[in-house]
Amino acid sequence: MFSNRLFNVLVPIISVLLGLIAGAIIMLAFGYNPIEGYIALWNGAFGSSYFFGETVRQATPYILTGLSVAFAFRSGLFNIGAEGQVFVGWLAAVWIGSSLDAPMFIHLPLTLIGAALAGAFWGFIPGLLKATKGVHEVIITIMMNYIALHFSNYMIRYVLTDGSDTTDRVLPSASLASEWLLEITSFSRMHWGILIALFAAVVVWFLLEKTTAGYELRSVGYNPHASRYAGMNVKKNIILSMVIAGALAGLGGAMAGLGTFGYMPTHSAFTNLGFDGIAVALLGGNAALGTVIAAFLFGVLKIGALNMPTAAGVPSELVEIVTALIIFFVASSYMIRWILLRFKKEEK
Amino acid sequence: MDNYVVEMLRIRKEFPGIVANNNINLQVKQGEIHALLGENGAGKSTLMNVLFGLYQPEKGEIRIKGEKVNITDPNVANDLGIGMVHQHFMLVDTFTVTQNIILGTEPKKNSVVDVKKAEEEIIALSEKYGLHVDPRAKIRDISVGMQQRVEILKTLYRGSDVLILDEPTAVLTPQEINELMDIMKSLISEGISIILITHKLKEIMEVCDRCTVIRKGEGIGTVTVKDSNPNELASLMVGREVSFTTEKTPPKPKDVVLSIKDLQVKDIRNAMMVKGLNLDVKAGEIVGIAGIDGNGQTELIEAITGLRPSESGEILLNNKAITNMSPRKVTESGISHIPQDRHKFGLVLDFPIGENMVLQTYYQKPYANKGVLSFKRIYDHAKKLIEEYDVRTPNLYTAARALSGGNQQKAIIAREVDRSPDLLIAAQPTRGLDVGAIEFIHKKLIEERDKGRAVLLLSFELDEIMNVSDRIAVMFDGNIVENVTPEETNEQELGLLMAGSSKEKAGES
Repeated sequence: MFSNRLFNVLVPIISVLLGLIAGAIIMLAFGYNPIEGYIALWNGAFGSSYFFGETVRQATPYILTGLSVAFAFRSGLFNIGAEGQVFVGWLAAVWIGSSLDAPMFIHLPLTLIGAALAGAFWGFIPGLLKATKGVHEVIITIMMNYIALHFSNYMIRYVLTDGSDTTDRVLPSASLASEWLLEITSFSRMHWGILIALFAAVVVWFLLEKTTAGYELRSVGYNPHASRYAGMNVKKNIILSMVIAGALAGLGGAMAGLGTFGYMPTHSAFTNLGFDGIAVALLGGNAALGTVIAAFLFGVLKIGALNMPTAAGVPSELVEIVTALIIFFVASSYMIRWILLRFKKEEK
Repeated sequence: MDNYVVEMLRIRKEFPGIVANNNINLQVKQGEIHALLGENGAGKSTLMNVLFGLYQPEKGEIRIKGEKVNITDPNVANDLGIGMVHQHFMLVDTFTVTQNIILGTEPKKNSVVDVKKAEEEIIALSEKYGLHVDPRAKIRDISVGMQQRVEILKTLYRGSDVLILDEPTAVLTPQEINELMDIMKSLISEGISIILITHKLKEIMEVCDRCTVIRKGEGIGTVTVKDSNPNELASLMVGREVSFTTEKTPPKPKDVVLSIKDLQVKDIRNAMMVKGLNLDVKAGEIVGIAGIDGNGQTELIEAITGLRPSESGEILLNNKAITNMSPRKVTESGISHIPQDRHKFGLVLDFPIGENMVLQTYYQKPYANKGVLSFKRIYDHAKKLIEEYDVRTPNLYTAARALSGGNQQKAIIAREVDRSPDLLIAAQPTRGLDVGAIEFIHKKLIEERDKGRAVLLLSFELDEIMNVSDRIAVMFDGNIVENVTPEETNEQELGLLMAGSSKEKAGES
């Protein structure tokens, strides 16, 4: 019989394996060699220092948006709004990063704080509405995503620039990019943001698991009635949870603004950084360490897949199907859980 | 040879990790009331759900009227004449009695529902069995007892001749219980067979012919009720000797701890439920609030504990006003509360049982220091409580959800009593628990009283009120209508007082 802990680790692993097998079947069905395909995927993610750097670069915002969704989820809230929070975080980071002139040790932290605050504000609104009016956070956060998308485009075109489609570049004193990382990863776009993301994961873990605030948040998430009975302020905790979740996703936006791109272009569609964060959190079991691992896996899939058309001849459309299948199996972990429970029973 | 209408032979049903039913035999004779007795979690409901087709047994066979059957779902059970009245009624509030009864099997005339014909049939059935149900009344306008009869009628209307009643008396007043007993007798006189799921021995002694006992999933045996006695039944059910009367010394009341003056409280729909209530509870006494559910008891308790605002009036604890304080302030000022609904309010079911033991005190020293929890101290504390109160759990890290109802309740009581409150509020502390756990909880409440604490007990069980309270406050329509001691009253009189009769009238009858 498995212990519960092992069980919780086993479910996502089996999900990923099943996804890979399903992907292999699809590749076989269309006449491509799945082994070659997966080798190409592996090489595309780890085959050179450049690919590895890109994988880390891709995983960085995923860690933060995954943490955002996971954090809200632990307090019983479904933050679909990480996407919008990424946009406002990105915008705030680029704005402060490009317009202020200060030494790095002031400028960079200030920029990051600005991005976090912007995201926090974007989370505060649905949190407040949920706590005071009982409006479902899913609906509000979805709407807030569209507002963020179009608001950012407007700000870039008419406030930050004079009709241009991209903002100015952030100043070196606010940039996370580094010459040294550039050199050791053969000019990938990997940046120091990974350290911020990992640090955020530690903070989230500590906050949720070790502090009284985290105890309250988790308690409210599991059972708001009992929490109220026990003297906790449920409304305060709902707002706090959304604010922190928003701040985390806002930082995710800063990773794009200060690291990957160094500026912000107007967008015609969502970046998916926030939406993928939902899958990352789900795969990571809504725990900090799990989210980091899941974010890394998503980075591998996204970056490694780019190599599959050239190295294995698998068309990129098929690659997308394969990655989607893996995500599908992750999302259907409920089913896997159920099957495992059946095995568990028969073993007895 | 005996004429069995239902035979369940060597039934075995497993769930992941536990065997809920093992080798259980249940044989019900035509026209008898057959009790199914067992502690909570003994497997009574599982067995009945097997009979009703909700679960498939791993082993064993079921025979209905001598024929071997395979009950794959509740529709099959219905076709075989088995009807079940659940503890929680399945009725549409805004529909009439008739509409509820015919729901799903509406008689049609020219493709229109023939309400008239249905009503006539229902009246006929109702008269045949002495149910006295008005087919045109809406469910929300009739009493709980009447709603239960509608449920019974519903199964009869569908042609059931075997009725399963799942703890039917849990929601009824004493008068309604008597009426239900009469109805059950008239049902069997017409050839209907009844399976009564219960853990109340009094009811079994009163109406049942035979009784099958289940303990921890195992069939213990079947006894003929008239050759048995409550003590034997109880020890069969629990597996050891049980004492029924709670032993206690006379109370030594001291200063007034809780004083409520002219309190008014509204419920969630804005209706005034507590209407200018006055009540005092002294240190060293247990005051029991007796009343039928829905007379403002829940709102009263919620107002005292800060969960619901008071409209007017005053609540004093040790002469200090606590009216409309937040739940946390109320807790800190010295009130402990064993809530009515332990799953909704008492526990965070997905938290480990250890973490549940500090649900109100997690932020205080020594469990936390500057906002950081000390899990070592939390679990040391939990370990102490769990040993002291004999909470049976695999370990301290087990989710509260995985514990049985009795152990969950013990854990809550451990947590609440351990805070050494000035006032302990116990709302239905033994609901749904078996005799062993009830005995334990009553003992603890009396111990607290003897330590000089004030105890306010809310219960819908008259036995409990009579056994445990030193003083009984009868609550009716948002007010305390009478204060009596258990010695100077009886269940019959209490029942009438609870229904709104005055003391003089109640005394006459």
